[in-house]
Amino acid sequence: MTAEATIERVVTAATPFEDAFRALIEGDGAQAPAHIQSLRSAAFEAFRRLGFPTTKNEDWHFTSVAPIAEHDYLHITTQSGDVQRSALAPFLFGRSEWHTLVFVNGRYAPELSNTSGLPKGVTLLDLRRAWQEAPQLTEPLGRLTRHDDRAFSALNTAFMHDGAVLHVDRDVEVDMPIHLLFVTDAVAAKSMMHPRNLIVVGRHAKATVIESYVSLSDAVYFTNAVTEVSVAEGATLHHYKMQREGMRAFHVGTIEARQARDSHYISFSLSTGGSLTRTNIYTTLAGEGCGATLNGLYMLDGEQHCDHQTLIAHVQPNCFSRELYKGVLDGQSHGVFNGKVYVDPIAQKTDGKQTNNTLLLSDKAQIDTKPQLEIFADDVKCTHGATVGRLDEQALFYMKSRGVSRALARELLTYAFAADVLETIEQPSVREELERMTLRRFMTVADDR
Amino acid sequence: MSLLEIHGLTASVGDKPILRGINLTVNAGETHAAMGPNGSGKSTLAQVLAGNPAYEVTGGSITYKGQDLLEMDPEVRAQAGIFLAFQYPVEIPGVSNAYFLRAAYNEVRKARGEGEVDPLEFADIMEEKLALVDMDPGMLQRSVNTGFSGGEKKRNEILQLAVLEPSLAILDETDSGLDIDALRTVADGVNKLRDRNRSFVVVTHYQRLLNYIVPDFVHVLAGGRIVKSGGKELALALEEKGYDWLTEGEPVGVNA
Ligand SMILES: Nc1ncnc2c1ncn2[C@@H]1O[C@H](COP(=O)(O)OP(=O)(O)O)[C@@H](O)[C@H]1O
Ligand SMILES: [Mg+2]
Repeated sequence: MTAEATIERVVTAATPFEDAFRALIEGDGAQAPAHIQSLRSAAFEAFRRLGFPTTKNEDWHFTSVAPIAEHDYLHITTQSGDVQRSALAPFLFGRSEWHTLVFVNGRYAPELSNTSGLPKGVTLLDLRRAWQEAPQLTEPLGRLTRHDDRAFSALNTAFMHDGAVLHVDRDVEVDMPIHLLFVTDAVAAKSMMHPRNLIVVGRHAKATVIESYVSLSDAVYFTNAVTEVSVAEGATLHHYKMQREGMRAFHVGTIEARQARDSHYISFSLSTGGSLTRTNIYTTLAGEGCGATLNGLYMLDGEQHCDHQTLIAHVQPNCFSRELYKGVLDGQSHGVFNGKVYVDPIAQKTDGKQTNNTLLLSDKAQIDTKPQLEIFADDVKCTHGATVGRLDEQALFYMKSRGVSRALARELLTYAFAADVLETIEQPSVREELERMTLRRFMTVADDR
Repeated sequence: MSLLEIHGLTASVGDKPILRGINLTVNAGETHAAMGPNGSGKSTLAQVLAGNPAYEVTGGSITYKGQDLLEMDPEVRAQAGIFLAFQYPVEIPGVSNAYFLRAAYNEVRKARGEGEVDPLEFADIMEEKLALVDMDPGMLQRSVNTGFSGGEKKRNEILQLAVLEPSLAILDETDSGLDIDALRTVADGVNKLRDRNRSFVVVTHYQRLLNYIVPDFVHVLAGGRIVKSGGKELALALEEKGYDWLTEGEPVGVNA
């Protein structure tokens, strides 16, 4: 009895997170404002209580995080790595003039970033500078998302140390996208990063934000990001998440948005990297007349495991939501899509549509798709559909009957499958880059289209 | 040597025998009509010639340009000059008509030892081919057959025929679903493509099309066999008397 209890305590005390957490709050992290320090402590307490989720947890039913939990990670708190500007070129959508905050191995890299000439009314700061120079802007941190029942969000909150703060004043329309680029290099090996971002788009303002997670190495590391988003009345935010981590990386990324009346939140999530990844995208339509569009594409191969969980919470009447997620799975990869649409009893006239289509390119690839509609209002229009298929044999034969080789026919059909969700991306440079990337991935034979 | 020689061809889908011994010879430059009631096996014959793996050839032989056609993959057949205009053209969302046509054109050219053409050169070629079937150039930017009307799909098949310039074109009920004006346009297009070196097998249920595309020979299929062959006057007799007088004692469809 006592022996067991002792062992238990020893195991807990030995967890690397304890040491890393102590190192943070006693060291560099002590510079954070008081409310952040208490938030961290409460979150770490929550993580201690929760532990990593198991597959018994309904939200993690198809994804075992054991591979993440069984590693020890170093928490890098100082600037590190050797990343040259030129190495970032492949991730800039060909638009180096866009305002960009670059983070290397989890820490802000001012020398690689570009914030000059931001339009009036736009504040873009790294988290630590925001704490010092504009602490009032960081007040919403921790209020737009919750961590008390989510282990990874709790862990992120406990280790909150760096990230981006974007504030767009009311009535300001920013045409040029703002890019938050999180890059790792070989120095990230065996370490963990907990980027924490805050995006606030003011009343009737409009912005486009790209959040990229990329790597210049194939190291094993762990990214655990949380982005909090507030979209005020009548505002519009286009928010692209590009998960192109190193092929051996672990990635858990949560985006949680809160939408006020008549606002629009348009999200696109791309996942191609990582060995075990989980993306959570949650939005609450908290005012009447809101619209939310959540689209995404995951393309997997080898033994990659990629899980998407989305939640669209309709809590006010007369809102609409559209969701289209597509997956192309090759090798022995495993995809998971869990899309929840919640409609509150008062959210009458909700108009929701959710679709998940998966293309399996190999016999060993696998998809678990679970659309979940929880509808408590009676006057709503909500549909969902999921398909899992292989390449259409009729179409393959039709193309071959015109002389097109089997290989090219397969590539064309695969590209075409992915193309229609890419077409929904409104930002032309992002769309074209993702189209090129997808073409390169599936088209070994053909040239331009 | 004939262009195409079919001997004792039998084919089935699953366990169901459909073709029960087809014999047919097509020489270069000839146009043959294949008529017959619904379910008699016309489309099956057409699909087998194009190499659709959904149909299993259980016996007989097909020789094309002196080669064993049954040994060739569908794309190799197409590259060797066989073209099938489908009764039900397949929709391919996301693949543009222009891209698909150029890909097919270049694959066929490569097989013939000719160089590939770039999008600009191809646009010039297309201008002439579009005019031949009186098709709106806008159709090229749309996904292959996707959302096309029945008539647009048939026109698109003939456009592909015009682009690929095959030695043997099989038209499977290209007339069905076309109004009289569209039928005339499509038939005119086909007639312009007829020459000494190009053969046609025109599959149709109705004699109407044969007023425009006048065949050299007419064959009647019933129950998976050719039950009668003749000249173009046979089509007129069929129009007058129907198929019953030919199929007496024979099962009409393969289910009968
Ligand atoms: N893919 C298929 N699967 C099952 N039966 C088929 C298939 N294709 C054709 N058949 C059957 O074969 C017979 C001949 O069909 P078909 O060749 O399409 O005739 P036609 O074109 O002369 O109308 C019909 O009984 C049809 O139901
Ligand atoms: Mg037919």
